[in-house]
Amino acid sequence: MDWFNIIAALVKIVAMIAVVMGLATVLTWVERKQSAVMQDRIGANRADILGLRIIGLFQPIADAIKMITKEDYIPPFGNRWLHMLAPAVAFMPVLLVFAVIPMGPPVEVAGRTVLMQIADIDVGLLYILAFGGLGIYGAVLGGWGSNNKYALLGAIRASAQMISYEVCLGLSLIGAVMIYGTLDLGEMILRQSGNWFEWIPRWGIFVQPLGALLFLPAAIAENKRIPFDLPEAESEIIGYYTEYSGLKCGLFMMTEFIEMVVVSALFTVIFLGGWQVPYLSWDGFHWPWGGMLYLPVLLVKGLEFGALFFKIAVMIYLLTLIRWTLPRFRYDQVMRLGWNYLLPLALLNLAATGVVLVVI
Amino acid sequence: MSFTPVLIFFLGGVGMVFAALVVSRLLAPHRPNPLKNTTYECGEEPVGSPWLRFNTRFYVIVLIFLIFDVEVLFLFPWAVNLRELGLFAWVDMAIFIAILMVGLAYVWGKGDLEWIRPRGSSAGSAKGR
Repeated sequence: MDWFNIIAALVKIVAMIAVVMGLATVLTWVERKQSAVMQDRIGANRADILGLRIIGLFQPIADAIKMITKEDYIPPFGNRWLHMLAPAVAFMPVLLVFAVIPMGPPVEVAGRTVLMQIADIDVGLLYILAFGGLGIYGAVLGGWGSNNKYALLGAIRASAQMISYEVCLGLSLIGAVMIYGTLDLGEMILRQSGNWFEWIPRWGIFVQPLGALLFLPAAIAENKRIPFDLPEAESEIIGYYTEYSGLKCGLFMMTEFIEMVVVSALFTVIFLGGWQVPYLSWDGFHWPWGGMLYLPVLLVKGLEFGALFFKIAVMIYLLTLIRWTLPRFRYDQVMRLGWNYLLPLALLNLAATGVVLVVI
Repeated sequence: MSFTPVLIFFLGGVGMVFAALVVSRLLAPHRPNPLKNTTYECGEEPVGSPWLRFNTRFYVIVLIFLIFDVEVLFLFPWAVNLRELGLFAWVDMAIFIAILMVGLAYVWGKGDLEWIRPRGSSAGSAKGR
């Protein structure tokens, strides 16, 4: 590894942490505003700096300051070390997932191609599933270390729910893997270029509609958000972070918001063609009705970066809509949905995709 | 070599979390009192040990998960190479999954995926296990 690669990696890491943390911070505001819109309220709009309010956009900063300066309560009856470790264990795997998610098209810098992902790993998807699976330890350690009935119940629920849906999550992605023939996320996006019948972009959602449909509920269940928020159901058990306060509780919440970004980014990369813009090639738009629009290379790259973040934003908005629309499932419904519906459907999707691939 | 940036990323993330916790430790107050130090149970006096007994169905779910998650792991290399391997590999995997499906059908028929069982059947199947 020479100096160029090291500097590129460092720049990408800093940029990635900034983008992810920034998105997650803004998300706390988006979530509040969206709930307000849907419940006909105004929402957070009071936080200001020297009287400047800009529709409550300073609210996340106020929240962060509040969380840092609140008492960080460590229960004397629990396991002190596990209790301190749990938020970090929940947070780190979710952050590390971003190491392999491409955040834009490859860019030429000083005559070299720089990939917009931190680590160019061949088994990117396996890496993501592995770290996604680690996320469960945060919930379990938090519940166990708190030594509280509600927390332990929440941890048990979280573990059963997350492992159930992990199977569906993996299976729903295998259909897409079969089509692309790679586990590298950057490569997956490249294989979604081109159009079907000149008109339909060759995106995962059109090639694997059932897979996309199964991935979304499984991913929301992994994310533990409404309608799958049984591990932290505020109105019945408080959940695995009952005994947390201050910054550690904030870390658990940050984890949830970053997971939302993960789910949106993964869905975008695997099923929505990542940074691909329909009909856009390296030299401009090739319209399906004939003719084309030439664009400078720089503008094309800009459009592709914009497309990726636009798609992620749309997915995040969809997730917030789902969160504020649906009521919470009952536990038996969650389990039945996972094992009796999603799992057989995912296997069916697998078999069908296999037949199509092998026969054609 | 390609995992080196992941290590740097990991160290950066750990550093960020650690720094935030240290700053919070310096800024946040620390005033415990006897009431605050009791287990939170919505204001009730906590009764009994928090290490409660939990439903054995969670245990069954974990067993089923173990089997199916390993299956998913086997599927990934197969899925990547399916185009080259062709029909033979597909039939191979179909047989493998069919065997696992028998297991799923057994668990399903036994009622272990049902969270709420009818009253009569729970005693019977508990004896059968």
